[in-house]
Amino acid sequence: MTDLAASGAERPPRSQWGDVWDQFKTHRGALAGTIFFAFVLLAVVLGPVIWPIDAQYIDIRARNSGPSLEHPLGTDQLGRDTLARVFAGGRASIAVGMTAMLLSLVLGTLIGVVAGFFRRIDGPLMRLTDLFLALPLLPLLLVIILLFRDALRTAFGPETGIFILVVFVIGITSWMQTARIVRGDVLALREREFVLAAKSVGTPPRRLISRHILPNVLSPIMVSATLGIANAIITESALSFLGLGFPSDFPTWGRLLFDATDYLQQYPERVLWPGLAISLTVLSVNYMGDGLRDALDPRIRGR
Amino acid sequence: MFHYTIRRLLLAIPTLLFISLILFLLLDLAPGDPTAQLPLTIPPEVKEKIRLSLGLGEPIYIRYLLWLQQFFVNEPLHLLAEITNIDLSGGAQRVISWQTRSPVVDIVVQRMPQTLWVVGLSYVIGVLIALPIGIISAYRQYSWFDQIGTFVSMVGFSVPTFFTGVLLIVIFSVQLGWFPSIYDTTHRVEDWPSFLFQVKQLAMPVAVLALFNAAQISRFMRASMLDNLNQDYVRTARAKGLAERVVLLVHVLRNSMIPVVTVIALGVPTVFGGAIITEQVFKVNGLGQLLITAIQANDIPMVQTLTFMFAVLIVLFNLAADILYGILDPRIRYD
Repeated sequence: MTDLAASGAERPPRSQWGDVWDQFKTHRGALAGTIFFAFVLLAVVLGPVIWPIDAQYIDIRARNSGPSLEHPLGTDQLGRDTLARVFAGGRASIAVGMTAMLLSLVLGTLIGVVAGFFRRIDGPLMRLTDLFLALPLLPLLLVIILLFRDALRTAFGPETGIFILVVFVIGITSWMQTARIVRGDVLALREREFVLAAKSVGTPPRRLISRHILPNVLSPIMVSATLGIANAIITESALSFLGLGFPSDFPTWGRLLFDATDYLQQYPERVLWPGLAISLTVLSVNYMGDGLRDALDPRIRGR
Repeated sequence: MFHYTIRRLLLAIPTLLFISLILFLLLDLAPGDPTAQLPLTIPPEVKEKIRLSLGLGEPIYIRYLLWLQQFFVNEPLHLLAEITNIDLSGGAQRVISWQTRSPVVDIVVQRMPQTLWVVGLSYVIGVLIALPIGIISAYRQYSWFDQIGTFVSMVGFSVPTFFTGVLLIVIFSVQLGWFPSIYDTTHRVEDWPSFLFQVKQLAMPVAVLALFNAAQISRFMRASMLDNLNQDYVRTARAKGLAERVVLLVHVLRNSMIPVVTVIALGVPTVFGGAIITEQVFKVNGLGQLLITAIQANDIPMVQTLTFMFAVLIVLFNLAADILYGILDPRIRYD
């Protein structure tokens, strides 16, 4: 007994996030994924500084050239530098991924918390969630983009308009999983003693949610955040690949891949770079999510 | 069980009606005019007549009810007449495509076989690959087989199908020249060489989709097996002296299959959706390609009917998954 107490006193106090980090570190895939994702983020943010060629600059005399010192990944059919375009495409793809993920996370958390906390609107909100889950998402995305593309283009300009549209449609079609998980957790939390205690001292529902409920549902939200980024990047690339995403002079990874498929016979290596960029980024984010899920699950932690 | 099924079926009807309403409103309230693409030389009064001939003169609720009647009453009656020669429809109006001016359902029926071949075969193959991988991965947890399986399945659902598809085309069509990169739907299987050609042209699209499906299902299979392997009844079975094969393949597998079967059922409609991309990569003129061309041509009845059919698929397979779960696991019937 005394031994236990003594050894406990020697150790510095551990915070919850310290434990999570310790567990996260043991997952090698997750660690590699995080490092790679950080690298990709740095590369697309600092890309124009490291590699100052403009992605839109047309050098028609250097078109279709192979890898060289001047153009490490070669150029496309208009002589635009592929490396610069991959950087620029990554910036667009990751920006779309992050914003769409944030939107779907906010929506999902809001609906999940409200449904779990307020009994009266739980039923209608969950029916709504089921309804959204029964919608054919990819066909619907295509339809929405086609129908509203021109209206938003004229309102916000060609690039911002499409950006808003793509982020919006990905956001409103991917919040359902988050909402369901959060609702389940909130339902379990609201029966706990500390919530009852807070309620009995007169805490208003608003503060009850922000103080006691939200911090405790943070871990499922974080896991769905990482998976949400992966999903949003893939969806955006798929839309661009089907020719319904961004315009062709605005590079995203999906768009670059789509444009490169026209030259599959002559320059097969051109599909490789954007494709690899999408795949590796999504893979690293998925590994991150996997490790995060393990690290945030206290049953697994410490094993 | 009967009541459970009936309750689920009744719940599906309002869901479907509501989805059809959402789709209809979305397509109808969107900015843009279906006659906007017509040449400017057409005089406005003729244009107005074209609009009327497309059925756009009626108020929105009448058009919605008309569409409902066409889809749920006239089309089934027509189908009945085709099969049994009993004509109850009396030549009632069917859902007509604006592009081809022919019934939408007839075009869908033409496109169905290609999609079913590619999607169906890839799903079956995906499941057949995924189950043994999941079982072995769980049984030998953390072995090299499990590590490789985890990695491959992670890659399988991280790499989008439009990249794996293009990559396969680069390797096997452009570099090696083994398989054709374009799917030829007019090809007829008559003898051995033509059958071989059919296998060759199916190989790549099926491989792409099968890898994607197998990746997800094998993860579920592994997780479900792991849940069951540590249960008391497994220890009891071993203690009774049952052979390891029997313990694994009879006792554990049966119980582990319960959630996996529902996941497999739930996955079917999403595979149809995902096949849109694969069809585009390999130029298969199936349902997905039909949808894309209809969207680009502003063919609203076609888009409406196709997306609604996808929704019906989702609702039906959700229903099937629920009922299957009820059959396989008696505990959840009386919730």
